[in-house]
Parts: sequence; structure tokens; C-alpha cells
Amino acid sequence: MAELKPHERMKIKRHDMPNQDQLVRRGNYEEVALGYSEETARTEAERCLQCKDPKCVQGCPVGVMIPQFIKALREGDMVKAVEWMKVKNNLPAICGRVCPQEVQCEGSCILGKKGEAVAIGRLERFVGDYELSHRSCPLVKAPATGKKIAVVGSGPAGITCAVDTAREGHQVTMFESLHGPGGVLIYGIPEFRLPKAVVHGEISYAVDCLGIDLKTDHVIGRSFTLNELLEEYDAVFLGTGAGLPSFMRIPGINLNGVMSANEFLTRVNLMKAYQFPDYDTPVRIGRKVAVVGAGNVAMDAVRCSQRLLALQAAQTGEAPGEAHIVYRRSKDEVPARQEEVHHAEEEGVIFNFLTNPVEIIGDETRRVTGLKCVKMELGEPDASGRRKPVEIKGSEFVMEMDTVIMALGTNPNPIVFVDADGLERTKYGTAVADTERGRTKKKRVWAGGDVVTGAATVISAMGAGKRAAADINAFLKGEADWE
Amino acid sequence: MYRILSKEVLSDVVKLMDIEAPHVARRAAAGQFIIVRIDEFGERIPLTIADFDRDRGTITIIFQELGKSTIQLGKMNAGDSVASFAGPLGHPTEIENFGTVICMGGGVGIAPIYPIARALKQAGNKVISIIGARNKSLLFWEEKMRAVSDELIICTDDGSHGRKALVTEPLKEILDNKDQKIAKVWAIGPAIMMKFVTLATKPYEVPTIVSLNTIMIDGTGMCGGCRVLLEDGAQFVCVDGPEFNGHKVDWDNLLSRLSFYKDEEKKAVEHYDHKCRLENAVAKGEK
Ligand SMILES: Cc1cc2nc3c(=O)[nH]c(=O)nc-3n(C[C@H](O)[C@H](O)[C@H](O)COP(=O)(O)OP(=O)(O)OC[C@H]3O[C@@H](n4cnc5c(N)ncnc54)[C@H](O)[C@@H]3O)c2cc1C
Ligand SMILES: Cc1cc2nc3c(=O)[nH]c(=O)nc-3n(C[C@H](O)[C@H](O)[C@H](O)COP(=O)(O)OP(=O)(O)OC[C@H]3O[C@@H](n4cnc5c(N)ncnc54)[C@H](O)[C@@H]3O)c2cc1C
Ligand code: SF4
Ligand code: SF4
Ligand code: FES
Repeated sequence: MAELKPHERMKIKRHDMPNQDQLVRRGNYEEVALGYSEETARTEAERCLQCKDPKCVQGCPVGVMIPQFIKALREGDMVKAVEWMKVKNNLPAICGRVCPQEVQCEGSCILGKKGEAVAIGRLERFVGDYELSHRSCPLVKAPATGKKIAVVGSGPAGITCAVDTAREGHQVTMFESLHGPGGVLIYGIPEFRLPKAVVHGEISYAVDCLGIDLKTDHVIGRSFTLNELLEEYDAVFLGTGAGLPSFMRIPGINLNGVMSANEFLTRVNLMKAYQFPDYDTPVRIGRKVAVVGAGNVAMDAVRCSQRLLALQAAQTGEAPGEAHIVYRRSKDEVPARQEEVHHAEEEGVIFNFLTNPVEIIGDETRRVTGLKCVKMELGEPDASGRRKPVEIKGSEFVMEMDTVIMALGTNPNPIVFVDADGLERTKYGTAVADTERGRTKKKRVWAGGDVVTGAATVISAMGAGKRAAADINAFLKGEADWE
Repeated sequence: MYRILSKEVLSDVVKLMDIEAPHVARRAAAGQFIIVRIDEFGERIPLTIADFDRDRGTITIIFQELGKSTIQLGKMNAGDSVASFAGPLGHPTEIENFGTVICMGGGVGIAPIYPIARALKQAGNKVISIIGARNKSLLFWEEKMRAVSDELIICTDDGSHGRKALVTEPLKEILDNKDQKIAKVWAIGPAIMMKFVTLATKPYEVPTIVSLNTIMIDGTGMCGGCRVLLEDGAQFVCVDGPEFNGHKVDWDNLLSRLSFYKDEEKKAVEHYDHKCRLENAVAKGEK
């Protein structure tokens, strides 16, 4: 394409993402967003104005070199596009799919001020997918240094730290308590949003090409403790996430049919309960499901429920059941990615806004039969700047339900902190670590991702893993002291 | 992959296996458990550490064939491997010299009570053990239990071996004996047995430790599926337990949660049987 003038670029319309048909996808677990074709990607890339002071980059938590990779992409130089991408982001095929772009890169893109932002996330996914299907092992691994690093947890923070330290020639061992690597990417985020093949592609690159020793079934704090790791390894990185679920303190919380979103999503995604009995682990939800909360976790849980209900209906011939979101604030405050909310609506999820559960009701066999809620209205803004929901007196009502799934946020799992004296933690249970380097208060221990920030995002966890890796590399080279 | 080094058939439905898992054996202690997953399709099932050998790097598990996974595991043999084996999980039993203690094992619960009785004995306690099962063929490890107990009482429901009684009968007799003060009781077995043991010891105010077998998925505190209702709120069996003060447990809640997946468990066995029959038929050239 000939070089375009800015006003010509601005005339090009933002390209929609081709999606699986909304009626078809309700009944399957295949990916919803199908990805741009090469032609669409290159035309979308033409929309970027190549700003001198690119606002988009400021909006990205890790400062991806957006104008550079987009320029390479529109010139058709995919190898270079991948190179630019990888300067800051090791996992583009993943981030392109799951970043909340509308509040990050795209939210800051200059084009978004008047019209529609460049579809940075979709272009990033295109570049990431290209790399997954074309790459061979890179030859850039420094000669062996003889230094040993233990990475605990194999989520985005751990994987990134492992890759960036292994490239420097260190010998890296990655410990994971579950039977497979990936963290939330495999046990939490469902296949229809992030195919496991994409995650496995990124991880096998780390493990096979860079010679990282992956030890699954190793629960640090139990199989080995942190202090034991420090005896054997020169540096330890903690990327153990924030996997501990919380439950509401309301009556009925221990009834059969009340689950944490973690339990539900682990059964469905990690253990593949949607393929029961071919896979051994079952999940039982009945015909009416309420998911409490409206973050990404809640959207994933409700969309999985919707699919299970459709699969059940297809088997029994009955009408499909109902999947509800119950959220105490209004639609404007929904914290989930826009795209997920939109997809959930298209798939037939029922949203109950300004609705707060006060009790879970059960029958004599201790099974859930209903969710008692009150209606809320928005009052004055609270500390977070959001308008605080307040209860409307006398507005109680009961929704008939078979299952109640709690998606209310998570905290760090404390097991890893056994025998870890000196490692400071906040009152929320998160590890204290500095943001620039990821150093904890315990010598030779770094930490990053959700274990430090509490539940956050994939890209922020990845960024933390990357910054810690840089500091670990400097420290092991003797370029940086601990103090 | 983790290799099965040896297998022993303890009764028709109870099997023992030594599994090679040095990372679990190195810190394993009485009272803890492991999570095993047979293959790619398998569920994660919790089993107590019945014994361990740090030098050989092995863990001994004993399991009762109840549903699909344990039946399938029971068909495996020395030389085969399981896909995952994680642990040691949960807190170890707190071992001290308490004085005179009672260790009770019901059915397959005899397996996990053994290392506890052994450790208590080594710590200087006088150990009275009571083991029981529905019938003689389900009892095992009688001699091993005798070796670590000062006194061993055996019960069967049908009287085919030892006393014809439920384990709570001799327990009450011992508790009634004013000459002997019992410092603590451990009870491991079916939930219903543990419930009745705690009901029996409550009037005597003898601290009673039970090891709870809730349904689990990850076993690391991530799902909350294992939660149990105690007097002072819910706790996670996999990280806060598996041992709890039995007098604080809401047993009815526990029992109802254990039965939640009954229909699916039945379906899994049927599906498995069907698959096995098909495979046998194919092997015999019938299909
Ligand atoms: C359902 C769901 C949907 C989400 N959707 C999005 C989204 O759309 N976009 C987005 O940006 N973010 C999303 N998030 C958040 C995002 O996934 C997390 O912020 C991110 O994964 C954190 O990465 P991490 O590496 O810090 O931890 P995790 O991904 O949690 O990985 C931690 C790993 O450490 C392991 N581990 C824990 N303790 C131990 C131990 N003691 N020993 C050994 N291993 C241990 C865990 O098993 C786990 O594998 C979502 C989260 C959930 C739960
Ligand atoms: C910490 C812990 C330690 C355990 N230790 C042992 C052990 O050392 N040896 C052993 O044989 N079993 C032990 N169990 C129980 C064991 O995990 C279950 O028997 C097993 O998961 C059943 O799997 P399945 O697929 O074969 O049967 P399923 O099809 O899952 O269940 C078959 C039948 O068993 C019942 N059941 C299911 N799960 C449990 C359970 N957790 N406890 C009791 N009954 C259950 C069901 O109600 C059903 O009737 C332990 C459980 C826990 C939580
Ligand atoms: S990493 Fe996420 S926020 Fe950054 S540019 Fe990529 S999609 Fe945008
Ligand atoms: S702000 Fe928008 S237009 Fe400017 S460089 Fe970034 S993506 Fe391109
Ligand atoms: S088994 Fe998941 S929290 Fe205990």
C-alpha cells in the first residue's frame, strides 16, 4: 500500500473482530473471537498515526513499543514486528486476548479521543499467533553461568521471570503445585476465551527451548520450603498468585450448591468437567445458576455456566436453564473487560444489577433452592470514587436458584510463606516487594504478580516478572548489591 | 510420572501401593496426605500417607475401592505409573507425650491411624488402639497395629473377627474406667464413625481429633470445595486440616456435602465399566 496521509488513515474504520456465531457458541467451548486475517490486520495497522509522543504506550502497564510493532506489521515484516513486541512483552498471544485494552493501551490511543482507537490488542494477538505458528527456537541463550534460580509458580509472572533469566544462561527450575503449568491461564480463564494450546505454546517454548526444568506437583511450603530453596538456589522468585477464594459472610454459605468461582472454574477448565464422564471430574449446577460479582472471574464463571446449561439441554431435550449475574452496583461500575460483558449479553446471560445477596436458602437436604437479595441504589461516591451502593429498605426478594457461585475476589495463598522468616507481608496477606525490582524484605527472594498486588491482570504480572528477572540477572552478575 | 514400586492386596477392596515420589517422601509426616491423579483424564484424589521411606523416596498409600478412580487405581500394578502425585499436604499430627491415648481406625482408616499410633508410641505415650471393620475380610494390618500399641482391641460388625461390636462400645468402656485417665483420642474412618466417636467422647470431655475426608480438588487451598463447618466458622480441610477437634465439627453438614456428587460418581463407574467391557471385547476380537 502506498504511504497514506493522516487524514486518509483516519478515514479507515476500525475493524470488527470476527466472532463465532452467538447462538452456536453458547453450546461449545471453542474460542469466541476468531482473530484477524492478515489483510484485515494490515489495513487496521494502517490506521495508526505513528504519534511522536504515543499516548497508547503510556496506557500499557509494560510500555509495549506499539507504534514500532504496528509499523513493522503494516510493512509486512512479521519477524521485526515480533522483535519489537518481545522487547517488553513475552506473551503477546495471551495479552492480545485478555488485556483490558479499553482502559489501557486503546483507552489512551489518540484516535479514541474523537473516534475509535486503533485495535492494538487484536493486532497484538495477530503478531503473537504468527509467532506461535512460525517460530523456531531462538539461538539467543547466553553461555551457562552456573547460577541456579528457583521460580515458584508458573503463571504469567513466573513464566516471564523464568524465560528472562534462563536466556541469560542461568539454570532455572520452575516449581508448580498443580499438575500442569500456566496458573490462572489454565485453571481460571476458559478455553473459549484463551485456548489452552496458546498457553501451552508459550510454555513449551520456555521449557523445551530454554531448558527450564519444570517441576509440577511441587507445593512450595510443603514439598520444599522457601528456606530450603535458598540453600540450593542463588535466587528465588515467588509468582504464586492470589488463588485463595473468599466467601460472603451470609447465612447458607455452606449449603450444597454454593461454590467459589475458583472451584467451579477449576472443575470446568483444568479438570475439563464439561467433558464428564470422559474426564473423571464432574460439576453439578442444576438449571439455575447465580454468579455473584461482575469482574472477569464472574464473567468467565457465568459464561461457562451458560455453556454447561446449553450442553445439558442438548442432551436432555429440555429448555436450557438460566445463568445470572448478581451485582450490587450498576452496569457502569462493572469491572470486567467490556468485550466479555458484551459477549455474555449476546450469549443470553441475565444481568441483575443493583442487587445484593443477603442469604442463601436451602431445603431439608441442605441443597440450595434460592438466593435472597435486596435491591440497591447508588449513593455518594466512596473512597474508590465509585458511587456507593446502599440498600433499599424492605426490597427483599428471593430468586429461585440451584447453584450460587461466589466470584468476590481472592487473596494470596499462604502455604508458600511457611518457613520463610523475614519475608514481610501486608495485612491482606500479599508479599511486600518493591515495584521497580521486585525485591522482598528477604535477601535473594524476589516476588511479583498477584502475590504482591493482589488479584490484578496478566500483563501487570508479566511486567513484574520481567522487572524482577532484570534485577536478578544484574544481581547474579554482581552488577547490583542487595542493599 | 510416578512409578508404582509394589502392590499388596489387603482385602477384596483394599489395596496398598508403594509409590516412588522422593519430593513427597522427604518431608512427609504422620497425618498428612497426598493428591494422586491417574492419567490425563483423571480426577485429583486425596489419600492419606499410610507410611513413608525417606531413603527409598517412597510413599505408601492404602485405598478402598469405592468409585471409578479408586477401582481404576486398584487395577494398576507394580511397574505402572500415575500421572501426578503431589504432597505432602495438610498439617502433620501434633505428636507429644500426652499420657494415655486411644487410636481408633475404622475400615480403611486403619491405614492412616497406623503412623500416628507409631509416632505417639515413640513419643512415650501409652497407646490403646481400637480397630474395626464391617467384617474380617476388610481388616488389615492387625500385626502392625499390635506392634505399636500397648493394647489392641479388634471389632467387627458381624463378629467374624474380634469382638462383635462397633468401635464406640469398647471406647465407652475404657472411658468409663475411672482408674485410667485418657488424655486424647484420635479417630479416623468413615465420617459416620467419626461422628459417633466424637459423640461418645464429648460427655467425658476427652479431646478428640478426627481426620476429615471431604471432597477435594486441588488440595492446596485454592477452591474451597473442601470447606467444613466448625463451631467458629468454615475452614478448609486441605490447608487448615485434615485433623480437627471433632467436637467442633458440624457432622450433618459434612455428611451432606460428601454425598453431593453421588449421581455423578455412579455415572462415572457405569461409564468406566462400559469402557472396560468394550476394551475387553475388542481385545478378544468380538467387536
Ligand atoms: C477467572 C479469571 C479470569 C481472569 N481474566 C483476566 C483477563 O481477562 N485479563 C487479565 O489481564 N487478567 C485476568 N485475570 C487475572 C490474571 O489472570 C491474574 O492477574 C494473573 O494470572 C496473575 O498472574 P500470576 O503469575 O501472578 O499468578 P497466577 O496466574 O495465579 O499463577 C500462580 C501459580 O502459582 C502456583 N502456586 C501457588 N502457590 C504455590 C506454591 N506454594 N508452590 C508452587 N506453586 C504455587 C499456582 O498453582 C499457580 O499456577 C483473571 C483471573 C481469573 C481468576
Ligand atoms: C484428606 C483425605 C485423606 C483420605 N485418605 C484416604 C485413604 O487413605 N484411603 C482411602 O481409601 N480413602 C481416603 N480418602 C477418601 C478418598 O479420597 C475417596 O475415597 C476417593 O476420592 C474416592 O474416589 P472414587 O472416584 O474412587 O470414588 P467416588 O466415585 O468419588 O466416590 C464413591 C463413593 O465414595 C464416597 N466418597 C467420595 N469421596 C469421599 C471421601 N473423600 N471420603 C469418603 N467417601 C467418599 C462417595 O459418597 C461415593 O459413595 C481420603 C480423603 C481425604 C479428603
Ligand atoms: S500488553 Fe496489553 S495493554 Fe499493553 S499493548 Fe498489549 S494489549 Fe495493550
Ligand atoms: S496513540 Fe494510537 S495512533 Fe498514536 S501511535 Fe499509539 S496506536 Fe498509533
Ligand atoms: S481442596 Fe481446594 S481448597 Fe481444599
